[in-house]
Amino acid sequence: MHGMTENIMAVLMLINLALAASSRLTACVGLVAMQGIVIGLLPLFSREGITTRGIFLAAFVVVLKGLIFPRLLTNTIRDASVRREIEPFVGYGFSLIIGTALTVVSFWLGTRLPLPSSPAMSLVLPGAIGTILIGLFLIVSRRKAVTQVLGYLVMENGIAAFGLAVVSEIPLLIELGILLDAFVAIFVMAIMIYHISREFDHIDADQLSTLKG
Amino acid sequence: MQLENICGYLLALIAAPLLPGVINRTKAFFAGRRGQPLFQTYRDIAKLLKKSAVYSGTTTWVFKAGPMAGLAAALLALTFIPSGGVPALFSFNGDFLLMAYLLGVMRFCAVTAALDTGSSFEGMGASREVQFSAIAEPALLLGMVVVIRMTGQLSLNSGLASFFSRLTAESSPTAILLFMAWFIIFLVENARIPFDDPNTHLELTMIHEVMVLDHGGPDFAFILYGAALKMWILGALLVNLLMPVRTGHPLLDLGAMLAGMFLLAVVVGIIESTMARARLLRVPQLLIAASAFSILALLLVLR
Repeated sequence: MHGMTENIMAVLMLINLALAASSRLTACVGLVAMQGIVIGLLPLFSREGITTRGIFLAAFVVVLKGLIFPRLLTNTIRDASVRREIEPFVGYGFSLIIGTALTVVSFWLGTRLPLPSSPAMSLVLPGAIGTILIGLFLIVSRRKAVTQVLGYLVMENGIAAFGLAVVSEIPLLIELGILLDAFVAIFVMAIMIYHISREFDHIDADQLSTLKG
Repeated sequence: MQLENICGYLLALIAAPLLPGVINRTKAFFAGRRGQPLFQTYRDIAKLLKKSAVYSGTTTWVFKAGPMAGLAAALLALTFIPSGGVPALFSFNGDFLLMAYLLGVMRFCAVTAALDTGSSFEGMGASREVQFSAIAEPALLLGMVVVIRMTGQLSLNSGLASFFSRLTAESSPTAILLFMAWFIIFLVENARIPFDDPNTHLELTMIHEVMVLDHGGPDFAFILYGAALKMWILGALLVNLLMPVRTGHPLLDLGAMLAGMFLLAVVVGIIESTMARARLLRVPQLLIAASAFSILALLLVLR
């Protein structure tokens, strides 16, 4: 079954590149939701086959990352009435090049960090590390607070992808704990963005650095 | 060199101008029109060959040589392209590089001829053409590296022939990525939507059309035929990549090849009917995406 895991990881990398290149915020939210759903499918294709635990985890992840997070973020975008990232620090063409470079780096890192238990799943590490790196890159290269939250979410997706692909190695409670943490973080950030946009009429996080106390 | 190889080459020579016709008929079907006849490109070429060319006083021999040299380069590049189960006319190790750069020579001829007219409008088209093809070339060449790495064969003929049989469930993402990258290259090099609209004469959006505006008569016929051949060459790369039919019988193989090319043309027609042209600023971004697909495919093969 692990051919499917490889395919999912390839899809994950493609979504990462698409995220680096798209400027419409609603499209970005859709992409992140798709990423969440794809990651949610991972436990179903683990080496143990389909287990009750796998199904439970898959359903939980798909509902949280595929439905609840996008809903929260879409509401925030609507309330803050922003539609696209206008002037990112790094342009979209160049972001795509950097995204590709980060993927290359993650492949190299993947060869340096061999998994002790599952040597066959060679795309799992590069896919997960690449997703984490691109999430970090999105956070530092974009101005709007919503895109930065999306970057955080992508990073979290990368960590979850790793955890779910090697599902048997990590206790269920830890998985659920991380998911709940992410849920609370997104919830708080959505409220924060709403308040920032109400206070300052924009959500340009870069301008926060010029505030005087 | 055997009879069937020559037959494959002749098939490409004869059937290449049919591709634009198939695309046009598909678009007409989507728009609810009858559309131009399937053989319109042949008629255009025949009509243009009967006319005589008009040359402006500012042009030199470069302008006259451009279309002929371009067509010659395309004819030569076509000799390295296998058609499905039938091998190419010529084949040697590393011929994919020669093929790619013969297409480059063809482009160079078109660009110098356009610059030779001294018109700033044609200069604009030439500049765009060169800019886009410079970003498109890495995707094509890296894709060929993927084919080489996967099959271990250094020529287009044997590489493309054994690519499909080497595919497994593990390597299917590679094939899909490679196909997507080459499909984008196919669209941009042949000036199709979403990169360039072959129907418009709108000054600010056209790329390929701009460069050939000053050519007329037989010269323009050469350019039309050369463009059809280029479409066949790049399309044949795609069709060969994912061609499951290897009957071993030359006639059946050639028929399958022709069917594959027509299918590709229909797909292009569907894309042109359902998509809008991308903004000019988005074009480099899409081309970088094509290169990114190729690099990703290469990474998947290399690991």
